[in-house]
Amino acid sequence: MSAPALEAIGLVKRFGDFTAVDGVSFAAAAGSVLGMLGPNGAGKTTTVRMMTTLSRPTAGTARVAGFDVTEDPDAVRRAMGLTAQAATVDELLTGRENLRMIGELYGLDRATVRRSSDELLARFSLTEAADRMVKTYSGGMRRRIDLAVSLIATPPVLFLDEPTTGLDPRSRVELWEVLRDLVRDGTTLLLTTQYLEEADQLADQIVVIDHGKVIAAGTPLELKQQSGAAALVVTVSHADDLARARGILERGGGEVFVDEGARQLTAPSEGLRALTQVAEAFAASGIEVDDLGLKRPTLDDVFLRLTGHRAEDESADETTEVSV
Amino acid sequence: MTADRATGAAPPHAKAPHANAPHLNGMYLNAMHGSRASLASQVRTLVRRNLTHIKRMPEMLMDVTIQPVMFVALFAYVFGGSIQTGTAGGYREWLLPGIMAQTMAFASFIVAIGLTNDLDKGIIDRLRALPISRSAVVIARSISSLIHSSIGVIVMSLTGLLVGWRIHTDVPRAALAYGLLLLWGFAMIWVGMFVGSAMRSVEAVQGVMFTTTFPITFLANTFAPTEAMPKVLRTLAEWNPISALVQAMRELWGNAGPVAADAALPLRHPILASLLWSVGISLVLAPLAVRAFRNRTEKA
Repeated sequence: MSAPALEAIGLVKRFGDFTAVDGVSFAAAAGSVLGMLGPNGAGKTTTVRMMTTLSRPTAGTARVAGFDVTEDPDAVRRAMGLTAQAATVDELLTGRENLRMIGELYGLDRATVRRSSDELLARFSLTEAADRMVKTYSGGMRRRIDLAVSLIATPPVLFLDEPTTGLDPRSRVELWEVLRDLVRDGTTLLLTTQYLEEADQLADQIVVIDHGKVIAAGTPLELKQQSGAAALVVTVSHADDLARARGILERGGGEVFVDEGARQLTAPSEGLRALTQVAEAFAASGIEVDDLGLKRPTLDDVFLRLTGHRAEDESADETTEVSV
Repeated sequence: MTADRATGAAPPHAKAPHANAPHLNGMYLNAMHGSRASLASQVRTLVRRNLTHIKRMPEMLMDVTIQPVMFVALFAYVFGGSIQTGTAGGYREWLLPGIMAQTMAFASFIVAIGLTNDLDKGIIDRLRALPISRSAVVIARSISSLIHSSIGVIVMSLTGLLVGWRIHTDVPRAALAYGLLLLWGFAMIWVGMFVGSAMRSVEAVQGVMFTTTFPITFLANTFAPTEAMPKVLRTLAEWNPISALVQAMRELWGNAGPVAADAALPLRHPILASLLWSVGISLVLAPLAVRAFRNRTEKA
């Protein structure tokens, strides 16, 4: 395999006493998709900021397209495109003017800018809206022009920080299609997301980050196997029954999580057969049940497995944390 | 999940990014092969972008057009009758240089609001992730702000001519006065850069700038002579950088009366004083502004 297109080597970022990123390492082959999964405040954005030369690592380094972010930031900037968390296009310029501005700043000649702009606008279904101010665009259109602008200089490496956050499901699926096209054409993608499904759909490799550390890495399949194929979730009617219900679920052999407040128990499950058996066991025991069902693995389950706490516990907003 | 992704392997056609792999419909890696844009062309691109904002939102120009014209009308016709300046040309001639200096002081607003807006919306980050010169953004912001303010100076000069203001001297002296005014605007740009880098929102900028710049432009000889002020205020007003500039412009355009014998030092040498103030403010605030900008962007 050739040298990785993307490489983080022990990246650390501290803001005063707060360690946002604590020794993150990973690598991605050229033409592959690396998904970075984690809750808000996990350090995803800070990692991306260091890899895109926006923030200087406190320790460690990273290489993008073979260039070191601290030693040769200008070469890194030439080799990559960045689509930040919030769409950072100029709202008072038209879509075409945004493409032209960034294209010129990359040092592209006028003819190339014009040709690339036309191609990108067509590719992102923005040709009709090209000469309208971006502030008139819908959320999905904004994301698309934002991505188009990042691609004006056809960078071999593209960073996407939560590209589909805030998009409706249809726009999200459309954007996924666009990203797949890019990868087919040889672009290396690093995308951060809070959604397991998104990483599942797009990524070849996933790194899971929490509290600034890589807590798991692997293919989507490997991660899902780690987090259990599916989970059995039971909500009992009376809190008094929690202990007995736990006993029943533990017969399955897996570890059972109990959420006392919600009177909810979660256990690994082999599938529908296990569900039927458990349902029968509960009926025989006389425990009253509000709800009983199978749940597919979600980011929460991955987190529950890996860290022992749920993803939502992390309520801190990453951007405010960064500004401390 | 699709079957081909389950393997986790890179697509077979993937190559090292340096390879001349056909990319995006046959285009090549434009950025890596293209030549770097010169600083001048980067600045030109960014200035054009800033000026397009004015074109799209002409109300951005209100601060240098309608607002000062309103001040001229207000002071010339409402308060003017009761303000004694002791000049041959009367209050309106005396007033115009004051309002021009005030309008130019508000250049700091324009810079600060533009910068905070760009920081807030992530535009600055997008620009910092590009292979461009670190100073291009700052230079472009200065140039477009000076253009913005200059539009105001032209509007004010025309308004002045309408209400009876005239230049009574020669071209070199008239030009020197305009030069001092632009130099003052340059100093104000650094004030704006500093405030813009330190503030978190456009609303905060407006709050801070309005409660500081506004009284500062009034505590001077802009609208009323300083001689009639209480002693402490008079001293403050006469050492106010704006007073030196306004006095210099009045003298250079022939709109001034005689300076009081007990006036503070800057008013007795207004041209030199104004020059020193503008240069001094720039020298002190430019490094502070650059540092605040770096702290805001690079440490985040």
